Amino acid sequence: MSRGNRGRRRFNPDRDVEEWKGAYVPYDILKEAFVAFLAVAALIALLAIVFSSPDEHAATLKTWSAADPVDFAQTAVTELDGTSGTATYGPPYNATPGASQHIGFFAPNQWLGVHQPVDTAQDFVIGPLRTLPNQPATQLAITAYENAPAAQQTAWTTAYEKAVANATDVRGRLHVPVGRYGPVGIIIGSLTGMSQTGGLDGTLLSNGQFYNTNYTKPLLFLADGNYLAARADSQHLSGDQWGMMNETGNYPGQAWLWLYTMWYQVPPMNTSSNGDLEVWSIMMLLSLGLILLPFIPILRSVPRWTRVYKLIWRRHYRELAGT
Amino acid sequence: MSIDTGVPTSASTPDSEDSRQWTARVRRSAESAFPPDRLLPDRQPAYMASWIYVFGVLTVVSLAWVILTGCVLAVMGPSWWHVSTVGLFVNSLHLWSVEAFFFFMVIHLWGKFFMAAWRGNRRLTWITGVVSFLVSVGAAFTGYLSQQNFDSQWISTQAKDGINATGAGAVWNVLNFGQMLMWHIVLLPIVVALIVGLHVLLVRRRGIVPPFELTETGDEPEKAATGQDPA
Amino acid sequence: MLGLLFGALINLNGSGHYIQWGFIQISVANLVVIFLMAVVFVLAILLPFPRRKRGNR
Repeated sequence: MSRGNRGRRRFNPDRDVEEWKGAYVPYDILKEAFVAFLAVAALIALLAIVFSSPDEHAATLKTWSAADPVDFAQTAVTELDGTSGTATYGPPYNATPGASQHIGFFAPNQWLGVHQPVDTAQDFVIGPLRTLPNQPATQLAITAYENAPAAQQTAWTTAYEKAVANATDVRGRLHVPVGRYGPVGIIIGSLTGMSQTGGLDGTLLSNGQFYNTNYTKPLLFLADGNYLAARADSQHLSGDQWGMMNETGNYPGQAWLWLYTMWYQVPPMNTSSNGDLEVWSIMMLLSLGLILLPFIPILRSVPRWTRVYKLIWRRHYRELAGT
Repeated sequence: MSIDTGVPTSASTPDSEDSRQWTARVRRSAESAFPPDRLLPDRQPAYMASWIYVFGVLTVVSLAWVILTGCVLAVMGPSWWHVSTVGLFVNSLHLWSVEAFFFFMVIHLWGKFFMAAWRGNRRLTWITGVVSFLVSVGAAFTGYLSQQNFDSQWISTQAKDGINATGAGAVWNVLNFGQMLMWHIVLLPIVVALIVGLHVLLVRRRGIVPPFELTETGDEPEKAATGQDPA
Repeated sequence: MLGLLFGALINLNGSGHYIQWGFIQISVANLVVIFLMAVVFVLAILLPFPRRKRGNR
């Protein structure tokens, strides 16, 4: 690999190098690796003993509906009437038109389509309630709702949303003011009760199967409400708090995500409805830039310009000057 | 002293019929690329006289500890650390070895940047290094998703928006614990190990980048005004 | 004894501490990590490396 070895290319000090023909010194790389292995072992053992690791208990639909049944009910009715975050998300959960993020014509989410189908009304509300035995009032309410025309359903859910905004939580029980919301009051009340027993967590996870490791449905339902978000906010994990970098408590988080989360804090990404795709695109470009740095003029000259290498190799330069 | 088992291991010479075998050709390429004293050298160039050079090996041994502690967690299963103080301790070792891994890796990256370590046909070494950093970020991410606690609930429900926006969410579902756990303990460790392995082999193959040359007056190297042609 | 060994000596749970600087918000923990990285990097460059006897090429 000698000076300018590719055809007649000029020697470029930021790309090429004169290979070393000077002295070598003994160096035991396996011993170095072994010493490093023990040193890191000691370091992580010390850190683990002193600081341990965080383990904040998971939220459940049960704890949510017990701690804040009003928020639960408000979320549940939006799942029923298809106005929740999940219901209007678009791909990969459902085919809501215009919901996919895009940059100009570039809309990969739309192109890939629906592959994790979620029908919030059926999957989060009606389906789970239909599994309840010995609940004739609930079953009749569901049947009445399903048989009503769409306009009637909307009128009921709209009325319920207005009423539940003034609902109260009396020792964990939901009290919704009277209103013209038809069977929706019974439906949401039953769902709240089912959730408070823990039955909804189990039903949403199992999805009719005995074994399941896919938490898509309970997580989407949880994330639609304010309970999870409020807990995250109190731990500085929200997006506008640079939360991507953070960990619960006082633990160090993922400091290496600093640049990724930074873009979410600045315009236009911080208010854009396509912010996620915009930030990803920027980070893909920057990552590509870092990967291909050796090929990029000016950027690959920065090490030579900043002269930090003079400190790194100062002994080498001193010895050269001495000879 | 060798024992004659009567089984010939290699009869091929470069000119023989057998030398066109895949096996023979792969072996010869490997031998030529990595003669033993290049694969495990006992000498390094004299200019390697800085503590900055130890951060590569510190990064690799930190990764070794990530994998070892991860294996212990795998022996007992993903719920163990929630119910056992020993499990919590092993989880802590795993977390801090990840923090150490990124800590040392970023310092190694800074050092290699300021040395312009891609010079002299070492661009692939740089590229594999950066790619291993990026894949490691992904591997760590799936680890955070596998915790089965509040943190993983929040991270998954937030990250899904970024990933869904790219279309990858159609297949790669961060809310699917089973899928994310298997990416974390099977697929991504294999990819990380392969890329890191390739990176280390490239370092051995190309050697450690020599210093910038200074001109005779001690100034930093300029772009060659002489435009000398190679010999 | 085992509990003492495997439990945290310094409890990092509880409410975190954060620093706000303009639009930047960073946890004290992350800031400490980043600061330590910078310090270790500088030390790695500045601290003298043990001199070795030169061997043959």
